[in-house]
Amino acid sequence: MTLSTLLTIAVPEIIILIAAMSVLLLGVFYKNTTSLFGITQLTLLIAAYFTAQLPIDVKLTAFNEMFIADSLSMFLKLLSYFALSLVLIYSRSFLQSRNLHNGEFYALTLFALLGINLIISSYHLLSIYMGLELLSLSLYTLVAFDRNRPEATEAAMKYFVLGAVASGFLLYGFSMLYGITGSLQIAEISSRLSDTSINPVVLSFALVFVVVGIAFKFGAAPFQLWVPDVYQGSATPITMFIGSVPKFASVAMLIRLLFQGLDHMVLDWQAMLLIMAIVSMLFGNITAIAQTKIKRLLAYSAISHVGFMFLGLATGTITGIASALMYIAVYVLMTLASFGLIIHLSNQGKELDQITDLSGLGKQKPWCAFLLLLIFLSLAGIPPTIGFYAKFSIIQATIQFGWIWPAVIAVMSALIGIFYYLRIIKVAYFDEPGKNLNQVSKSSNNELSVTLSINTISLLIIGLFPSSLMDIATLTSALIF
Amino acid sequence: MIFTDYLFYLFSGILVLASLRVITANNPVYSALSLVLAFFSAAGIWLLLHAEFLAIALVLVYVGAVMVLFLFVVMMLDINIEALRQRFWSYFPVALLIALLFIFEIYLVVTDKFFSSSDPAGIPLEKSNTHSIGSVLYTDYLLPFQVAAVILLVAIISAIVLTMYGKKSHKAIDPKDQIKVNRNDRVRVVKMKSEKKK
Repeated sequence: MTLSTLLTIAVPEIIILIAAMSVLLLGVFYKNTTSLFGITQLTLLIAAYFTAQLPIDVKLTAFNEMFIADSLSMFLKLLSYFALSLVLIYSRSFLQSRNLHNGEFYALTLFALLGINLIISSYHLLSIYMGLELLSLSLYTLVAFDRNRPEATEAAMKYFVLGAVASGFLLYGFSMLYGITGSLQIAEISSRLSDTSINPVVLSFALVFVVVGIAFKFGAAPFQLWVPDVYQGSATPITMFIGSVPKFASVAMLIRLLFQGLDHMVLDWQAMLLIMAIVSMLFGNITAIAQTKIKRLLAYSAISHVGFMFLGLATGTITGIASALMYIAVYVLMTLASFGLIIHLSNQGKELDQITDLSGLGKQKPWCAFLLLLIFLSLAGIPPTIGFYAKFSIIQATIQFGWIWPAVIAVMSALIGIFYYLRIIKVAYFDEPGKNLNQVSKSSNNELSVTLSINTISLLIIGLFPSSLMDIATLTSALIF
Repeated sequence: MIFTDYLFYLFSGILVLASLRVITANNPVYSALSLVLAFFSAAGIWLLLHAEFLAIALVLVYVGAVMVLFLFVVMMLDINIEALRQRFWSYFPVALLIALLFIFEIYLVVTDKFFSSSDPAGIPLEKSNTHSIGSVLYTDYLLPFQVAAVILLVAIISAIVLTMYGKKSHKAIDPKDQIKVNRNDRVRVVKMKSEKKK
């Protein structure tokens, strides 16, 4: 490995690291936080430029084959930069109004992005774990960032404890894998597992621990307990961040570990993913019906969406991965729009909390109500929005694989889900405005509302022309192997 | 028995005695100091096994940093020993169960065929193991090593972020604010009519 190859492959990560440390230092000396916002956005742009320069059809490795740049890493990294950029635009006014807008916020988000990038590009169990710890540690701090609110501290504590347990599970699985294969490098593990002399009991234990660790990080049922509390307790921009960008890292971790590392165990993990997919879809959608708080509802909806994605991945086929990648991209776009709307409708004193706070929105703010209509139709999966096409491609991949009954369960759970999504639209359009409404009448800043409008309208536009996104996802997943 | 065997029994004896003293000492400061002694003897045993890097790291990190910090905390806090010991016997059955389980697990590990291999010190190394660790740490394992450094940086930032902002917890007066005070902030002149005597 010469310095020049290293620089070509890992240059986005080096830029992000330098930018994170510079933002940290600048935040101490300059109180002008707007320039920090600008520097962070510029960093994302530069990192995206250098990531896009890498070849898509060649697998390049660096750092003693611990770090890989391929089609998957390029696809997920570019999406991460884009999603983080939107998160920062949405968060700015909210953080400013709560006195949380400082250099440390930008430094920690950049460190979290570095962790995400490392996980996406890891080709070695050690670097996956290091990236995961970097990401988790930054996220724990961000959840507790608004530390004068007791809910935030409680959420951070729960997230920290359960996240540590999940990391422990993952690490335990890794240690068993190392014990039976004698290697931590993913390609080498895969080649050594083809050896028949390996103890199958230890191998299946290792697989179970690895899958449980991944499912914890995704928030798939039955490992979903932290999701609603963390979503509810953190400040809305942080919830938006946790619900969007780290999902790309989780999906990369799953594909690297299960599809590239443990590909000989495909029949075993297929069954595990299928069970978790079905449980997540049913549990998420049925529990969400009973929710009265909007962030909790979105948390349960997130669990059900993870279930859909697991269903696509469980098929283990190229079309399955492509539909799951498509789904995660669409899901993150929808999550950003929905939390962006919550921030837009929250004002200085009070956050939008209860679903009933939305009543009468259709008469008071018709444009906002229209955006809400589009977002929740897309989350429910109703055409012509992109949410429909994403669900459709997952179910198509499942049926192509020959799984009819999981596809039936997926459709049924989506039908259950439509109930609570439509209820929100009903509250916004048909309910009489309650006393809360005059609190929701603050004019937000322009960049937020314009970005939110573009983000939401894009759900409709991509929904009308989904083929280009699907083509990119198919190309990416075809080049993984 | 050769000389190193005597050294092993010496270190092991001190280690066992010091460990016992850690859990039996009434004063937490004595406990902490006994733990320091236990670490030193463990480091000695590691040195006998040619694991000099581990031994030095144990002394530098645990004795030099962690235990000193711990002693500071123990000395600064006013811990009521009697209150801590009151419920000792009510917890005792659970503790006994865990201890027996632990002894059983140690038995399983020690008697297992994987661990009954030859003496690890018998394998000759070409270089000292500090040298070997150092040569792979900055070449083969450069990425995890650097990321570990970044994780430590994030830990420092987190600890500061979570304690620096927010409520002021101390009552000290800022001298900068103190010298800016003028008369009107402190003295209020109230005009009242004089009361008449009945």
